[in-house]
Amino acid sequence: MKTKTNNTADTLILLALRLITYAIVLVIGYILFDIVKNGASALNWQFVSSFPRRSGAAGGIFPAIVGTLYLVVGTIAVSLPLGIGGAIYLAEYADQGRFNTTIRLAIVTLAGVPSIVFGLFGLGIFVLFCGFGPSILAGSLTLACMVLPTIIVASEESLRAVPKGFRDASLALGATKWEMIRTNILPYSLSGMITGSILGIGRAAGETAPILLTVAAFFLPRLPKSIFDQVMALPYHLYILATQHPEADRIRPMQYGTALILLLLVLGLSLGAILIRTHFRKKFRW
Amino acid sequence: MVEQSLYPNYPQDLEMVITASQVDFFYGATQALFDISLLIPAKHVTALIGPSGCGKSTFLRCLNRMNDTIPHSRVEGEISINQKDIYTPDTDVVELRKEVGMVFQKSNPFPKSIFDNVAYGPRIHGEKDPRRLAEIVEQSLQQAAIWDEVKDRLHANAMGLSGGQQQRLCIARALAVGPKILLMDEPASALDPKSTMRIEDLIGELRTNYTIVIVTHNMQQAARVSDYTAFFYEGRLIECDATPKIFTNPRQKQTEDYITGRFG
Repeated sequence: MKTKTNNTADTLILLALRLITYAIVLVIGYILFDIVKNGASALNWQFVSSFPRRSGAAGGIFPAIVGTLYLVVGTIAVSLPLGIGGAIYLAEYADQGRFNTTIRLAIVTLAGVPSIVFGLFGLGIFVLFCGFGPSILAGSLTLACMVLPTIIVASEESLRAVPKGFRDASLALGATKWEMIRTNILPYSLSGMITGSILGIGRAAGETAPILLTVAAFFLPRLPKSIFDQVMALPYHLYILATQHPEADRIRPMQYGTALILLLLVLGLSLGAILIRTHFRKKFRW
Repeated sequence: MVEQSLYPNYPQDLEMVITASQVDFFYGATQALFDISLLIPAKHVTALIGPSGCGKSTFLRCLNRMNDTIPHSRVEGEISINQKDIYTPDTDVVELRKEVGMVFQKSNPFPKSIFDNVAYGPRIHGEKDPRRLAEIVEQSLQQAAIWDEVKDRLHANAMGLSGGQQQRLCIARALAVGPKILLMDEPASALDPKSTMRIEDLIGELRTNYTIVIVTHNMQQAARVSDYTAFFYEGRLIECDATPKIFTNPRQKQTEDYITGRFG
């Protein structure tokens, strides 16, 4: 009799957990469905390849796509070397002293800072103090600060996953610490580092707050000429079209189309990350 | 050269290559080795035996300073190799480890090709000439008695080898650097009997050219492969003598109890 009751409780809990999981999938599914359904009609070659007209009410979103791509590339260029370097230090060199505990605490805290605070920080430091002005450079640096914790945590985990046997064997053969890291740690952990980092950067590519004050232009129907130029960016463009535009109600297809393109871009980044991981997994197996 | 009072059964002209005197070792506040004084003769096999946790592996890892990687660890006393103290501040650990190779309990080939595994050491020490590298690789694999099994697939991934082959590859990799001394930390404990036998045969062949120090759990193995045996117990060196003497007529009661299987 007792076991019977337990079984019923088990079944109920399983059912509840299943429903919760389905609910999550349902939310994601609905968002995707809504965006694809309403955005697909706006999507055509002209939309992605031409400049906006009438403050974005007509024409395409080409400069916003290019702007976001530039920001992604800039963010990768700044954050990857910094993040991976920091992770190597933390995983391979740092001991468990108080100073390093403080560094770790700082990284965790950094991950919890709201994105608008990063935006204001970028405005204060990069735009005004460094004098870069609102520019690709300032925006990339700001986004890079925001994704650093993600990159450091992912990279550190990936470094720590390399078996101790490889380290011991390298050192015992007379490798210096850096030779060991370069030849027998980094090659095996690089895929994990890059995958984790790209996922973080994909997240940043969709952020509005950090670029709002540091780079994004409201309406700029031309391409940037240098890293000191402003650009349009997809998330900010979407925000403008959806909430700030005088004709917001009449340009729904433009809004959904922009959202769809942004979504595809981020999914594309994630897909790239997965492909890189699969490639390296095949190459190094132990 | 050999203190007869301490080592009555060692030949008097035996050349000693490693000298440890009054070595203490600490993991943080825990002392793992107490006052170890031990001589290790050149071009012979010395076995370190004793129950788990007796300090034999810790001592072995002191000889090529692999314990340096453990945070908050500390060595006291003196260890000299060829009359040179290896724990002075100006000791070049890279040079030391070129001289003193190591083979680990768990075979640990790199996930690279067989060739690249063996060439790893020479390459990091600056050997670039591909012909010279190929020579070293062949020579080392032959010395480790695995050349015939792998010569047709040198560029295959080393992870595809069997456990016993992997361990012999690791021995070849250690030999490729050109060490004089080879430290082996239970090199056959994870292998099947047949692979174990091949490793033991290999040790027998290598003893002509190398000084070998082997840690083993297996007393029969110590008896089969070694010339001299040191018995460790609870971080102390209890007795060190010629292997036949240790196994037939040990001086210490604890040694006798251990080798007759009364504990351990």
